[in-house]
Amino acid sequence: MSIRGAAFIAGAYEHPRREIPDRSIFEIHTEVALGALADAGLTMSDVDAVFCDGTAGMGTFSLVAQWGLNPSYVDNTETGGSSYLAHVGHAAAAIAAGKCSVALVTLAGKPRTGGAAERMRMMPGPEAAFEMPWGSGGAVNSYALAAQRHMHEFGTTSRQLAEIKVAASIHAQHNPNAYLRKVVSVDEVLESPMVSSPLRRMDCCVVTDGGGALVVVSPEIARSLGRTNAKILGHGEAVKHPDNGRIDLTYTGAVWSGPRAFAEARVNVKDVDYASIYDSFTITVLQTIEDLGFCEKGKGGDFVSDGALVAPHGILPFNTDGGGLCNNHPSNRGGITKVIEAVRQLRGEAHPAVQVPDCQVALAHGTGGSLGMRHGSVTLLLGQEDA
Amino acid sequence: MSELPVPAPLVTPANERFWAATAAHRFELQRCASCGTVAWFPQRHCPSCWTTNFDLFDAAGTGTVYSFTVIHRGNGDFRNSAPFVLAYVELAEGPRVLTNVVDCDPSTVHIGMTVEMVWHDTGEGNSLYRFRPAVR
Repeated sequence: MSIRGAAFIAGAYEHPRREIPDRSIFEIHTEVALGALADAGLTMSDVDAVFCDGTAGMGTFSLVAQWGLNPSYVDNTETGGSSYLAHVGHAAAAIAAGKCSVALVTLAGKPRTGGAAERMRMMPGPEAAFEMPWGSGGAVNSYALAAQRHMHEFGTTSRQLAEIKVAASIHAQHNPNAYLRKVVSVDEVLESPMVSSPLRRMDCCVVTDGGGALVVVSPEIARSLGRTNAKILGHGEAVKHPDNGRIDLTYTGAVWSGPRAFAEARVNVKDVDYASIYDSFTITVLQTIEDLGFCEKGKGGDFVSDGALVAPHGILPFNTDGGGLCNNHPSNRGGITKVIEAVRQLRGEAHPAVQVPDCQVALAHGTGGSLGMRHGSVTLLLGQEDA
Repeated sequence: MSELPVPAPLVTPANERFWAATAAHRFELQRCASCGTVAWFPQRHCPSCWTTNFDLFDAAGTGTVYSFTVIHRGNGDFRNSAPFVLAYVELAEGPRVLTNVVDCDPSTVHIGMTVEMVWHDTGEGNSLYRFRPAVR
């Protein structure tokens, strides 16, 4: 069984704000839910499936209760920032199985202006005793370990990592909602303060309040709506972990999630016109591009140089909204905005300066957790309605 | 750099034996009696064959730096500790463990560097393993 063509993304909505001190997290969930439903031409009463991460109160209970729904399907999959891409894949599978027909995926969070009660809480896992005492707190430290090893094995340079931030900033200048709209140079990235070597401040994504939502629907409902929908072609997910103390920091879970998604979609890397690549840090992008097969392992540094990622005419136009590096990383999780921008590209609704001409196939990839320890990796392939 | 905080680990039924051994500055490893797998971190079941019989032995306390980062902005207990080194050290017995490299200028740490274990007592009945450049 495959989900290819079994479901469509009919609605996508990104909260326009980046600092939201005057809303609760649950109010933001509601705002983005209503935004995505309106985009699809649907209403809350049409929703029969609810998907959210593990930070949304008591799982889906809180949202379902707040919205007064009676869903036939709920899913609380928590794979960090990649959760929302997993939700799209799971929603498509549930729709294909006849369990539901209108699935709502939402994300909301306030890491920028929220108080202690609004920060996410998670139960420590068995690894906590062996990771927490060393001052490893803060995602950047773990990603820095991966970056350092990648540089050691493959000769990747800070200048090459900076090219990724530069490309994102070139895109962000066109996004009026982007948290950082200024175009930066490689030298400016290299001059930004070292945070956790070899990663500098400009190698890191922004911290923003906000959220986003998606509506995934059955083919029948998609046909009944007036909107251009993004067809879900394939989904792959994987969890990469330290492998019983034998961690290899040079690759990500994309080495597994990518082939799973491409096989289901029956397309290959050459068919991808646009890619939303999770960009918590520049190294996340570089390793993911290699692992998805856009270039040979270890050659990511060469690949991203010379404007390869810059839309509309680079070899692999990426993150045309400015990505997490410049636009938005709501709730410290960039997964949902990756899907939203891929939908914009397929609909031809990206900013004209960065719209990829005749965008037929878009990839969205999420990396949730940490490259240096554990992460969830999810790849989605989306296409035009007739793909 | 030996002035790093020494926060107590989160002791659970799954790891209490390991942490108890650290009070005597012993780094206890477990080798599966059935399949020979050296597990890390300590756990009740072999992660390869799911049996529960292990031979316990002490690590030699030597290793090499697999990767590292110099942290310039510490968090939590480490907020006033920067710069300090977070590293994966590959033990002579195989496992790569997260730790700190101490007792040296952070700018001298490099991948492949030979290091040896030092112990920092938490004051709560156990001790944290860290590493310093090997004295040869």
